[in-house]
Amino acid sequence: MLNYIKLIALGLITFFALIAANYARDLAYLVNALTIALVAGGMFVWVLRNTDEPADTRDYSNEYMDGVIRAGVIATALWGIVGFLAGTFIAFQLAFPALNFEWAQGYMNFGRLRPLHTSAVIFAFGGNALIATSFYVVQRTSAARLWGGNLAWFVFWGFQLVIVLAATGYLLGATQGKEYAEPEWYVDWWLTIVWVTYLAVFVGTLVKRKEPHIYVANWFYLSFIITVAMLHLINNLSIPVSIWGSKSVQLFSGVQDAMTQWWYGHNAVGFFLTAGFLAMMYYFVPKQAGRPVYSYKLSIIHFWALIFLYIWAGPHHLHYTALPDWAATLGMVFSVILWMPSWGGMINGLMTLSGAWDKLRTDPVIRMMVISLGFYGMSTFEGPMMSIRAVNSLSHYTDWTIGHVHSGALGWNGMITFGCLYFLVPKLWNKERLYSLSLVSWHFWLATIGIILYAASMWVTGIMEGLMWREVDANGFLVNSFADTVSAKLPMYVVRGLGGVMFLSGAIIMCYNLYMTVRRSPAIQADNSAVPAE
Amino acid sequence: MAQKPEDKPDVGTTGHEWDGIEELNNPLPRWWVWVFYITIIWGVWYTVAYPAWPMISGATEGYMGWSTRANVAADIEEAEAANAEINTRLASVELTEITSDAELQGYARSAGEAVFNTWCVQCHGREGGGFVGYPTLSDDDWLWGGTMEDIHLTISHGIRNEEDPDARYSEMPAFGRDELLAEEEIVQVVNYVMSLSGEAQDPAQVEAGATVYADNCAACHGEAAEGDVFQGAPNLNDAIWLYGGDYASLMETVNNARFGVMPNWNSRLTEAEIRAVTAYVHQLGGGE
Repeated sequence: MLNYIKLIALGLITFFALIAANYARDLAYLVNALTIALVAGGMFVWVLRNTDEPADTRDYSNEYMDGVIRAGVIATALWGIVGFLAGTFIAFQLAFPALNFEWAQGYMNFGRLRPLHTSAVIFAFGGNALIATSFYVVQRTSAARLWGGNLAWFVFWGFQLVIVLAATGYLLGATQGKEYAEPEWYVDWWLTIVWVTYLAVFVGTLVKRKEPHIYVANWFYLSFIITVAMLHLINNLSIPVSIWGSKSVQLFSGVQDAMTQWWYGHNAVGFFLTAGFLAMMYYFVPKQAGRPVYSYKLSIIHFWALIFLYIWAGPHHLHYTALPDWAATLGMVFSVILWMPSWGGMINGLMTLSGAWDKLRTDPVIRMMVISLGFYGMSTFEGPMMSIRAVNSLSHYTDWTIGHVHSGALGWNGMITFGCLYFLVPKLWNKERLYSLSLVSWHFWLATIGIILYAASMWVTGIMEGLMWREVDANGFLVNSFADTVSAKLPMYVVRGLGGVMFLSGAIIMCYNLYMTVRRSPAIQADNSAVPAE
Repeated sequence: MAQKPEDKPDVGTTGHEWDGIEELNNPLPRWWVWVFYITIIWGVWYTVAYPAWPMISGATEGYMGWSTRANVAADIEEAEAANAEINTRLASVELTEITSDAELQGYARSAGEAVFNTWCVQCHGREGGGFVGYPTLSDDDWLWGGTMEDIHLTISHGIRNEEDPDARYSEMPAFGRDELLAEEEIVQVVNYVMSLSGEAQDPAQVEAGATVYADNCAACHGEAAEGDVFQGAPNLNDAIWLYGGDYASLMETVNNARFGVMPNWNSRLTEAEIRAVTAYVHQLGGGE
């Protein structure tokens, strides 16, 4: 019966997507409509072929659902490569503008590729890492199989569709022009459905948990999922110009729109890239180190302080703009107070290793997690500092901001994700160990040196740029033109690009290592039965 | 990974365990708590000192009386007051006096450079280096004249724009597109023009091209192709080319003509600023 409902739904979606493609007013909408028609049509055929086949009657309820996590791990690694490659390429486009090829204008120039890079690394790489690890962690720490049957697969494939629709849309010119919220209205609608399903699967699993308490990692995952849903809905309030076109008009305008955008934008950092990844840290660091979490008290206090304070910090992106002074002041004050709550996570992670510090010498995966916490601590100190108005007047609009973001994104989000992937692959594919620890060490050093080149070069250009912009002569006239700062930055742009190449090479080595782990490492007895811990 | 009891620090755990993970009962680090308190106290003070809390009809202003808009206004006022006297003098003296008065000249140079780097550099390049289609300002080859008066007029009113009726204006005919010359005549005259400062593409055409030139081009560009600054007609014998001196570029120029436009700056800049940038351009290398 369920299959017949599915067939009707998929048939209707295919039909309407084809109508939409027929009436499409722009290329991006046309391509997206055809993609949807293709996906829904393909699923229609697939469901049709499985209809009335003998049903699988095995009882899975006492086993963890790991297939979707394996898919998530593969997606994380592959999207990571795509995102890092795009980032490295656009870094060189900035250094050598000739790479904005004449023949690719309107598709592959910096302006089109930049959102592709940011969305690929944040949402495709980071998002898949969060979804996959949250499914892994919530099952293990609840001793329960994921709730909702195949809904977890719907979340996984639905999210990949969001990524594909968004990415093709960017290249063909569909964008709301809102940083990190570029996808147009219909992609936003689809993401909303996928995300609410994700929330349902996660909460459903928590509800049927067999453990008496909810583990701290799950608090962080839950706050991330709920807050991202709220941010996404409010920042994407828009009215389509036509149901047959990708363009939409934002509900808010002017400074209200800017404020909403950065309320969203900063909390994408706060809840997606901080709370969500802290959740990963809270499970995988104690597991890999084999040590208890340092302080339960600290985890409670810093969790509530973090989520209460982060949500107000957005206005620091709008210092010295049309935003009223009072709002900027509050954004700055909340950002500075946020310093210690952010560091709470770092302390808890690092101190969890006390008694196991020797593992830093022998276990490159632990080394990766430790350096990620180091970069986390560094960026969460740098962030509050940059939110201070006087510092911001120098740093804003310069490459310092780009360096700050990347020391956090590459150092913290990237490294902790790599650590988790190295932890997960042997577990998920029932292997005794990783294929090669020395390749992990190579990855570690390439990535670390790459990040340092990236961050250091951006500090240098950022501060230089900021100082050049404000330099005045004895009569009070500006000394430099904008173009002067651009030409002065060239050497540092090349260094930044090289840092990107190193980071990318490390990730390629990781993919090879993980692939060989699945292919070559000695197998062990599978154990994915959901038994409550003693 | 359950720890053996003797490995555990004596704080003990919370007694819970998830997938082998336990939590220790360590207290909050003292320094962490104190820094957290200090940032909160600082935060409260800061919101009292600076504009912060939204009320019904506006926000609290803070006891320091600080405001970004007021600060900017004060800074601008201060800068304007500091240069008010010399700006008045710059805007009122004879143009030629600017170059002979050391103080005015020095001031106009730095003020003019700032104006140039803000408004002009995008097209004319760093220090007036120029690009194809955008004249070099650092040489002595002038389209509309290189005296202070000429440059001042060009900057004030612009070239071929529709906003200012006093803009400098001239238009070269599109000899090919409008069928004023036959294709072969255009080839001839292009070869002739190339021969004036270098080598013709096809030397056999040069002689015929000279006749075409004399009949169609000399009226503006001059008998000896020396150009005419009163019409903005470029000198064609000096190997300096605005749109390129190769065969293909010249064919394009004669066939379809060119129509370079520059905005009038008198609606965007003050007289003192225009004069300052005039003096700056004048001293870049080719002022007359």
